[in-house]
Amino acid sequence: MMRKKLIAMLLAGGQGSRLGVLTNRMAKPAVPFGGKYRIIDFPLSNCVNSDIDTVGVLTQYEPLELNAYLGTGQPWDLDRLNGGVFVLPPYMSGNNGRWYSGTANAIWQNTAFIDRYNPEHVLILSGDHIYKMNYSTMFRFHLESDADATIAVLKVPMEEASRFGIMNTDASGRIFEFEEKPKAPKSNNASMGIYIFKWDVLKRFLSEDDKNDSSAHDFGKNVIPAMLGAGCNMMAYAFNGYWKDVGTISSLWEANMDLLTDPPKLDLYDKDWRIYSKSAVMPPHYMGANAKIERSMITEGSEVYGSVCHSVVFASGIIEENAVVNDSIIMPGAVIKRGATVNKAIIGEGAVVGEGAEIGCRPNESDPEFEATLTGDITLVSNNVEISDKKRVPRGMIVTGSMVDKLKVKDGMN
Amino acid sequence: MIFNAFGLVYTAESNLMLRELTNSRSIAAVPYGGRYRCIDFVLSSLVNSGISNVGLIMQKNYHSIMDHLGSGKEWDLNRKRDGLFILPPFVTKENTGIYKGTVDALHSVMGYVRRSSQKYCILTGSHTIYNTTFNDMLKQHIKSGADITIMYSEEKSFNPDDQFDDLRLTMDASGRVVELEIDPYRPKTNYQSCDVFILEKSLLEYLVEDAYAKSCYDFTRDVLIKKVGTLKIHGYRYDGFVARLNSVGMYFSKSMELLKKEVRDELFNQEHPIYTKVKDEVPAFYGRDAKIVNSFVADGCVINGRVENSILFRGVHIGKDVTLRNCIVMQACEIQDGSELDYVIMDKGVLVKRGRRLSGHNSFPVVLRKGMTV
Repeated sequence: MMRKKLIAMLLAGGQGSRLGVLTNRMAKPAVPFGGKYRIIDFPLSNCVNSDIDTVGVLTQYEPLELNAYLGTGQPWDLDRLNGGVFVLPPYMSGNNGRWYSGTANAIWQNTAFIDRYNPEHVLILSGDHIYKMNYSTMFRFHLESDADATIAVLKVPMEEASRFGIMNTDASGRIFEFEEKPKAPKSNNASMGIYIFKWDVLKRFLSEDDKNDSSAHDFGKNVIPAMLGAGCNMMAYAFNGYWKDVGTISSLWEANMDLLTDPPKLDLYDKDWRIYSKSAVMPPHYMGANAKIERSMITEGSEVYGSVCHSVVFASGIIEENAVVNDSIIMPGAVIKRGATVNKAIIGEGAVVGEGAEIGCRPNESDPEFEATLTGDITLVSNNVEISDKKRVPRGMIVTGSMVDKLKVKDGMN
Repeated sequence: MIFNAFGLVYTAESNLMLRELTNSRSIAAVPYGGRYRCIDFVLSSLVNSGISNVGLIMQKNYHSIMDHLGSGKEWDLNRKRDGLFILPPFVTKENTGIYKGTVDALHSVMGYVRRSSQKYCILTGSHTIYNTTFNDMLKQHIKSGADITIMYSEEKSFNPDDQFDDLRLTMDASGRVVELEIDPYRPKTNYQSCDVFILEKSLLEYLVEDAYAKSCYDFTRDVLIKKVGTLKIHGYRYDGFVARLNSVGMYFSKSMELLKKEVRDELFNQEHPIYTKVKDEVPAFYGRDAKIVNSFVADGCVINGRVENSILFRGVHIGKDVTLRNCIVMQACEIQDGSELDYVIMDKGVLVKRGRRLSGHNSFPVVLRKGMTV
């Protein structure tokens, strides 16, 4: 087999618990985004557009949806003779079998896969970021500086730096210190969780890390500090462009809204850097005689008869007459019935909002008690939940199947 | 599901009444319905019936149809066993590569027909749009013991200007066809063929070789019409939406019918969807000043103006202060700021510059040919 220069390993095992009910039945990278995409389309399309033709996708949590979505990899042009996309779940070997206990451990357990392609370098990616990045530019930088590891960094606002892993570098970009979520950050070069390693060097460190029982087997916490400690040549590659971790409800909502600014913060219309996805087989969308729409994204299979403002509507979403949707995300197949109002909400796949119902309304005393720590002021209706007519869902609530019956009817209605 | 039939699609029809739309492409490649080509409908209907062996007879201008079909992957026809067979013309000592008619074309693809292992052949044209499965039709064909079954629909209106290979069926009470007429001056019946025929492969081979030996070249005129007394021909009634793209007028009116929900629900029935080439376009985006009424819009469009009663294909850009009414705008057209267009069909890649005005009429839509600048 031809030796590969660079292959990619995509960490897609995360449960994404901070995405709440959206990830009840699917791993975070499979969560829909931007009208017709899923989060994983971004790193996968970046790989293909960067001429990387071999991608291992490490899955662990609720992999069915992700497996089914990836299929042969054909939508991303990753059905190749030598290479392609591979789903890599944890497995039994002899009498032993282990779940992936951390990001580094996940790669270590797939050493055999990587060795099969015998690459000189390995690119490690995570499956929960929305961005467009040319990995081949980073790879060139990695080769030119003859680094053992190159870590992509992004300048973040200084006040937010304490939420990230911070890389302190000298003028040439060489990393001399790494601080995980520092209280008093010395710089604002935040790690984006994108690494290129020399495979022989990484393998050595993963092997040592595996023997260390006190390690969390995590790249950021263990492997990177160990390599720094051993005096490896580690470089920071500065990325400036749009990048968003969509690990929380509010960041997922924001990232969708970033597509609607003028000009969009994230430009998907670049013909030279297309984002590929598995397309639903759907006719064009239809806008009815009384439809009103502005600053919104609508995709195939949808029908809009009501009003949609500053929102993203996924495939087969239906907005009926006199329904009003503002600042919201309507996931695939969701239906907003006649006269319903949806404000700043995420309506899950296949969910139905009944006639005249109000989602994201001002809370009052009659509403059932709920916890809004996950969502803030964004209201979340879970996949396939049906909200009956005229029910009110106060701002910030997460509506699951068990919550539906507790909802109150709107004021002045019986 | 049908496992014992193969599909044979004749895409060599040429029809001057489609004017600029078929300047550079065959009818099969004419864009229809916002993101499809004419051929997608018959191909999807065959595939959704369970058929996995489809031959496409090509004649001229088949570049764009080849480009569209590729390996047939989008229709699930890239198979090891059977799949999609593209059958272009070739020059032999008895044939110049230009077919004299359907029989001539069928004769030249007899090699493919003989190699096909299925018992039945579903023979179709490519300019008729419908979304069906042929399972019931084949069942009826077998049960009735017919030699040939023709799918037809009932068409109540008749306009001689739209007449193109208009095959009319007169049937007796048992459904047997007693008379066939093509392009009649005054049609005797409202039953019009949908250009779908089911017959056994062995009969097709015999009819084609027999006609060819007698220097007869048209399957409808020289075989079906002449043999209506000796062959047992039956009609199969189809009540769904049918669009025959016979003329620009028909193309326009049958496109506009897609603005009706019941037509869309039927033609794009999700139980047997229509497949087409995937383009990886971004969802459509509506700007701050967009105003859109009763329109059918594909992905990749960016709309900042006013659009009414129109069909926009993939990747159309509509500038600010544009007014677009009753238009069909094909892929990758750009309408710049301030233009006003009414009853215009814009073929692929048309550029309408700032402030232009164009107006056609329901009975005569303006057609702008592919790649034109106004």
